[in-house]
Amino acid sequence: MKFGTEIVALSLFAFAAVVAAGFGVDAPFRQHMWVLFFVLAGFTAILLRNIDLKPAAPIDPSAYMDGPIRYGTIATVFWGVVGMLVGVVIALQLAYPDLNIQPRFNFGRLRPLHTSAVVFAFGGNALLCTSLYVVQRTCRARLFGGNLAWFVFWGYQLFIVMAATGYLLGITESREYAEPEWYVDIWLTIVWVAYLILFLGTILKRKEPHIYVANWFYLSFIVTIAMLHVVNNLSMPASFLGSKSYSAFSGVQDALTQWWYGHNAVGFFLTAGFLGMMYYFVPKQANRPVYSYRLSIIHFWALIFLYIWAGPHHLHYTALPDWAQTLGMAFSIMLWMPSWGGMINGLMTLSGAWDKIRTDPIIRMMVAAIAFYGMSTFEGPMMSIKTVNSLSHYTDWTIGHVHSGALGWVGLISFGAIYYMVPKLWNRERLYSLRLVTWHFWLATLGIVVYAAAMWVSGIMQGMMWREYDEQGFLVYSFAESVAAMHPYYLMRAIGGAMYLSGALIMAWNITMTILGRQRKEQPLPGSVSAYQPARSQTWA
Amino acid sequence: MSYDLMREFADSWGLLAMVLFFVGCIAFALRPRGRTWADQAARIPFKDD
Repeated sequence: MKFGTEIVALSLFAFAAVVAAGFGVDAPFRQHMWVLFFVLAGFTAILLRNIDLKPAAPIDPSAYMDGPIRYGTIATVFWGVVGMLVGVVIALQLAYPDLNIQPRFNFGRLRPLHTSAVVFAFGGNALLCTSLYVVQRTCRARLFGGNLAWFVFWGYQLFIVMAATGYLLGITESREYAEPEWYVDIWLTIVWVAYLILFLGTILKRKEPHIYVANWFYLSFIVTIAMLHVVNNLSMPASFLGSKSYSAFSGVQDALTQWWYGHNAVGFFLTAGFLGMMYYFVPKQANRPVYSYRLSIIHFWALIFLYIWAGPHHLHYTALPDWAQTLGMAFSIMLWMPSWGGMINGLMTLSGAWDKIRTDPIIRMMVAAIAFYGMSTFEGPMMSIKTVNSLSHYTDWTIGHVHSGALGWVGLISFGAIYYMVPKLWNRERLYSLRLVTWHFWLATLGIVVYAAAMWVSGIMQGMMWREYDEQGFLVYSFAESVAAMHPYYLMRAIGGAMYLSGALIMAWNITMTILGRQRKEQPLPGSVSAYQPARSQTWA
Repeated sequence: MSYDLMREFADSWGLLAMVLFFVGCIAFALRPRGRTWADQAARIPFKDD
């Protein structure tokens, strides 16, 4: 490969980064630009060392483009382990404040690193690689735009690195799940538009007349995230060589914009995108078509019409007008319909093949994911009811809810998709080990149960302590007392998280070995092959 | 366009258009001859490999 244009462009950007590092108006910005310079310069060096002047092999336009998907799969596993590790670290920091290392590795900076790493780096890469895998195979067309897929992949990794290092340097917009500052936001916008062109272009050149429903979900995820990202990040930089910007909105309008973004990031990034995954990988792994295609269409449109209005439920009992709070609550409750419709559709795909839950650990993982989708999307609307919210808001209950959705639904369905894809992408006969998948499944599932149960108890206790009055109308507990009471639950949460992390490490080992082409010699799982029972010699006769 | 004008439009024609579109989507999915079409669409992932 010759990387002429790429090397020239990268060198120019690396030079611009040095200039910005020299003229930056604040120290974090200058440090951040040095990070950018070393990343770009390193990448340029790698490209320079890989120049091959032989004429490139002709590309078969009918073959699928799986290179970026292979890289994306590896990136998903890598960022998953990193993000979950940071999660365990910050869980321990909450339990033992001495573990806060000032200033760069304190809880305040590591927490957005954790959320961004698991949501955008792990979840984002999982969506990126599975969407490109699914769109090619359901459209029966090669990815559109030549090397565009590589730009999207590497551009997205650069966004992740810049976001993560920015947090550690103390650069933040303080907008939940959208902490990166203006220049990183602009870069993500460029990458995201390229992703949209890549995905839409592939759909447009499809050979299959109908667009399969998984692609509808993926496309709605890409389009909506573009809209949310741009509107939520409308801001004016204080200097074009500085790391500080001011939001275009102020006061309660700003708060509502943030939660319109925040909740739809959950709805379209963590739900719609992963539903696309469900609608392809569950039928493929079960080897049966989806239970009801017509239900999937109703699921799709109901989700699209309802989710976008649910954001105000994050602002109950605030300065947001009452009607807007009630609107958010009403639409959240209506979301029960699409979420349970989707859950039924996913689970019933196995009807007639329920034995696969016992015999196929990948199916078991996907079914657990769908069950967690159903449970957390039942819990969410319930928590959006104002009277419930008055107890649950600002407590650990919310954290427990988020993690039952993120670890249970998003995590498990992604693991299932990765276990399905990897042998196919690298042309392996099977995974390195199915028994390790079973280990992963149980560690992850038990980890989620420990985590969520600890947070339910902790959160409800916290909420009850905050609202406890004595007969004279004084608050019974000080805030510090409620914090001290939570210590044992913080420890349990760290244990649950560590179990989930160890499951992910097992997956990383299993995937690495599969890619290297190894197969573990192991007893087949009980029930997966019909058992051979030798005739016994009868000795009593 | 003022806020009041936008709100009035959103609460009336905008709302009606969205409801009709949504009802139309459901009616389209559940139309009598939709079953064979849907069964074929559901098999798309199995055409490949």
